[in-house]
Amino acid sequence: MTKLQNFSKGIIKENPVLVLMLGTCPALATSTNVMSALGMGVAATVVLFCSNVVISALRNVIPDKVRIPCFIVLIAGFVTMVQMLVKAFSPALDEALGIYLPLIVVNCIILGRAEMFAQKNKVIDSAIDGLGMGAGFTLTLVMMGTLREVFGNGTWLGFPIPVLTDNNISILTMAPGGFFVFGLLIAIVNKLTVDKPNKEFSCAGCPSADICHSKKCEGVENND
Amino acid sequence: MTKLIIILLSAVFINNYILSRFLGICPFLGVSKKLDSATGMSLAVIFVMLIATAVTWPIQMFLLNPNDLGYLQTIVFILVIAALVQLVEIVLKRYIPALHKSLGVYLPLITTNCAILGVTILNIDEGYTFVESMVNSLGSGLGFMLAMVMFSGVRSKLEGADIPKSFKGLPITLVAASITSLSFMGFGGVIENLFA
Repeated sequence: MTKLQNFSKGIIKENPVLVLMLGTCPALATSTNVMSALGMGVAATVVLFCSNVVISALRNVIPDKVRIPCFIVLIAGFVTMVQMLVKAFSPALDEALGIYLPLIVVNCIILGRAEMFAQKNKVIDSAIDGLGMGAGFTLTLVMMGTLREVFGNGTWLGFPIPVLTDNNISILTMAPGGFFVFGLLIAIVNKLTVDKPNKEFSCAGCPSADICHSKKCEGVENND
Repeated sequence: MTKLIIILLSAVFINNYILSRFLGICPFLGVSKKLDSATGMSLAVIFVMLIATAVTWPIQMFLLNPNDLGYLQTIVFILVIAALVQLVEIVLKRYIPALHKSLGVYLPLITTNCAILGVTILNIDEGYTFVESMVNSLGSGLGFMLAMVMFSGVRSKLEGADIPKSFKGLPITLVAASITSLSFMGFGGVIENLFA
C-alpha cells in the first residue's frame, strides 16, 4: 500500500463513521452545526494522530497483556491536553462541545485504530493512518453538520442562506434530526456500494472485540 | 425530595441518554436486536453507572478538588472505571456466579462506553450532591434501559417489514430511532411543571 492509499482509505474505503461505524456518538451529537462539527473533527484528529504516533513508537515496549489500559492512559493524556488547549484558545467551542470533548477518550475510532493499525505498523504509516482516519471523520461530521445547519437553521458556518433562513426545518438541528440525517447518509452509502451486502452493526469494528470474543460475544449476537 | 424526583424523571425522559444525548449509541445499535440481550446490557449499564458514580464522585470531591487536580478528571475517571469493571467482574464471578452469567458478557464492553464516563462527568459538571448524583445515575441507567427495551420491540417489527433495499439494516433503524426520539421530545417541559 502506498502512502497516498494509506491516507485516502480513511476518507472513502474505510471511512470510520459511515463504513466502519465507529464514533457514532460524537458524530450524532456534535453535528448540529458546521462549526462544532469541525471543532470536534479537528480535536479528534489531533488526538488520533498523537496517539497513533506514540502507540506505534512504543509498540515493542508495551506488553501485550496490558496494552488496552496503556492505550487508554495515553489517549486520556492527549485528550486532556486538547481539552486544555480548546478551553484556553476557544472557550466558545468548549461551550459548544461540552461533555463530548472529554468523551473523545472513549471514542471507538481512536482505540480502534490503536488496536487495528498503530500497534502493528511503523510510526510514519501510523501517523498517515491517523491523519487519514481523522480527515474521514472530520469530513463526515462536516457533511452531516452542513446538512443539518443548512436545512435546519438556514445558515452555513453562521452565514445566512437567502431562501432557507425563512423556511428552515428546525427539527433537523435537534436530536431526532441527527438520527435521521445519519440514517439517510448510510442509506446513500449503501446505494453507492450496491454490490456489497448491507452493513449490519457488528462486533468486527469494535475495539473491545478481542476481549469480548474471548468471552463468546458472538453468543450475544446469535442469541444462544 | 421533589428535586430528587425531578432529577430522576428528567434523566429518564427528557435527557434520555440514547435518544437526546447520543451517549451509548454503539450498544444501542449493536445489542438492541433481541429483548433478552437488550435487558442484560441495560442492567449491566445501570449496575456499572451506579458503582462508577459511587466511586468517582468522592474521588473528585475529596481527592482532586482539594488538591487542585481537576484537570486530571478525564484520566482518573476512565482508569477508575476500567479498573472497577474488571474488579466487579472478578468479584461477581467468584461470589455471585448466577449474576455473572447474565451480565458478565456485557461488562468488558461497558468499559469504553461513553454513557458511563458521560454520567460521571455530567454529575460533577452539574454540581450534584452525592445523593443527587446517585439518583441521576439511576435515572440515566433506567432511561437507557427504557430506550433499549422499547427499541428491541421496534426492531423485531422492522425485520419483517418491506423496506427499500438501501434502507435495510442500520439506516431504517436510525430513522426509527429518530421517530422515537421525536416522541421523547414531547416530555420536555412536562416534568418541571409537574411539581410547580
